[in-house]
Amino acid sequence: MKKEMLLFSDVSLIYHTARGETKAAEGLSFSVSEGEFVAVIGPSGCGKTTLLSLAAGLLKPSSGSIERHGSCGYMLQKDELFRWRTIEKNIYLPLEIKHQKTEENRLRARALAVKYGLGDFLQSYPSQLSGGMRQRAALIRTLATDPDLLLLDEPFSALDYQTRLNVTEDVAEIIRSEGKTALLITHDISEAISLADRVLVLSPRPARVTHEHTLDFGGEKKPMRRREMSGFSGWFEILWKELNG
Amino acid sequence: MKKKDTRVFSAEHRKFLKKRKRNIALVWSLRIGLLALLLGLWELSTQLGWVDAFLVSSPSRIAKTIASLYREGTLFYHIGTTLWETLVGFAIAVAVGYGVALALWWSETVRKVLEPYIVVINALPKIALGPLIIIWFGTGSSAILFMTVIVGVIVATMHMLSAFIETDKNKILLLRSMGASKLQLLTKLVIPSSLPAFISMLKVNVGMAWIGSVMGEYIVSRAGLGYLIVYGGQVFRLDLVMSATFILCVLAAGMYFLVVLLEKLLVKNTEN
Repeated sequence: MKKEMLLFSDVSLIYHTARGETKAAEGLSFSVSEGEFVAVIGPSGCGKTTLLSLAAGLLKPSSGSIERHGSCGYMLQKDELFRWRTIEKNIYLPLEIKHQKTEENRLRARALAVKYGLGDFLQSYPSQLSGGMRQRAALIRTLATDPDLLLLDEPFSALDYQTRLNVTEDVAEIIRSEGKTALLITHDISEAISLADRVLVLSPRPARVTHEHTLDFGGEKKPMRRREMSGFSGWFEILWKELNG
Repeated sequence: MKKKDTRVFSAEHRKFLKKRKRNIALVWSLRIGLLALLLGLWELSTQLGWVDAFLVSSPSRIAKTIASLYREGTLFYHIGTTLWETLVGFAIAVAVGYGVALALWWSETVRKVLEPYIVVINALPKIALGPLIIIWFGTGSSAILFMTVIVGVIVATMHMLSAFIETDKNKILLLRSMGASKLQLLTKLVIPSSLPAFISMLKVNVGMAWIGSVMGEYIVSRAGLGYLIVYGGQVFRLDLVMSATFILCVLAAGMYFLVVLLEKLLVKNTEN
């Protein structure tokens, strides 16, 4: 049994506003084990982002418990690079925030950037990079502090289709080769199938896991290859039905 | 680090650059031409007696007035007085406004409590405070400084506060997910991302500072360009009024361009 990096047990969350209260999650239970890539899909407005905020510890559950082992890195829809910082300074940002800006950590983050093709852009400003390169820089920034768990909030949805396929390929490659555990939130069924080891399907609000599937493409991890494999459309059909059922 | 541009362009691009250069030259020559035309018409119409130079003054009379102020040795005294009041008032208004905006950003409760007060003070015509200012501060420079500060400070506060509050929510989420403290949010994100708003606030406040100092000099003063304007009006020396106004135009434009220069230094290269 592998170590569980993230464990949600019977989590409920209620949002309070002046107009009333909304149940965002109820009886939400799942786990993510070490080295696993888990994708969560759900109908729009079902509280997917809430789930990530809970996992990151930015929100406290109304009831139930959330256990997380180790640190986490958050990646959002847009790259959210700071325009007044160079790519290099952007990548060092989490090190500064966590007061870990040692020579060793800086070199490690820098080496990651160079390894994944950002070496020539370290002194550039974000506005000088393409959307795909910016999202790649955002991933390197997320990896700078060597987090144990990556939380990915639809990180490809702001890119055009062509770039999106390429960046998905890139990011999957980087996450797999760095041996990271990842929790991906998406509304894109095919993206979930192409990336994940396991897919969780959420119900409409209040969010709860209705179905869970372990995807096995004969050990194939590359998103592009998976898209070409025969099992792909079968999974799409199943998940599509569950999502709309 | 600026590399020399050694790229070789196509004939079409060279043509485009040439055309663009010509266009810029045309705009500038028309600007200067328009100014010369207006000044020339003004001068001509007074010389030929179409209008009374006593009432509208003329460019040559303005030049003579400024020259005589210079000979009397009072020109730079008046300019210096107003310039000092404006610059110091501007600096205080900007610094205090920025500080108050920071405090209001920091505490939502304080912000909510003070909001109606700020709205009312902003809407109040500051000139209404004239008599109070004379009684509280006397008739010296401090009264004028106070007027300059009060005119600028609310604008500076509101401008910066709205910029602070509009800080990108997702970037805040990103920093919070890294475990950032409120102070880190402020120094790493809120202050640097509001730099363009800071520059535009400076631009607005250049105008506010001149309004404040000249208005202050209208109410109380023994020196300064505002004083010259009021005095000139009272003794019906419109040459003096026009001369002081002209100098104000030049100084205000100069200060504005200094801010533009600062903008180029601070925000170059980093805009989206």
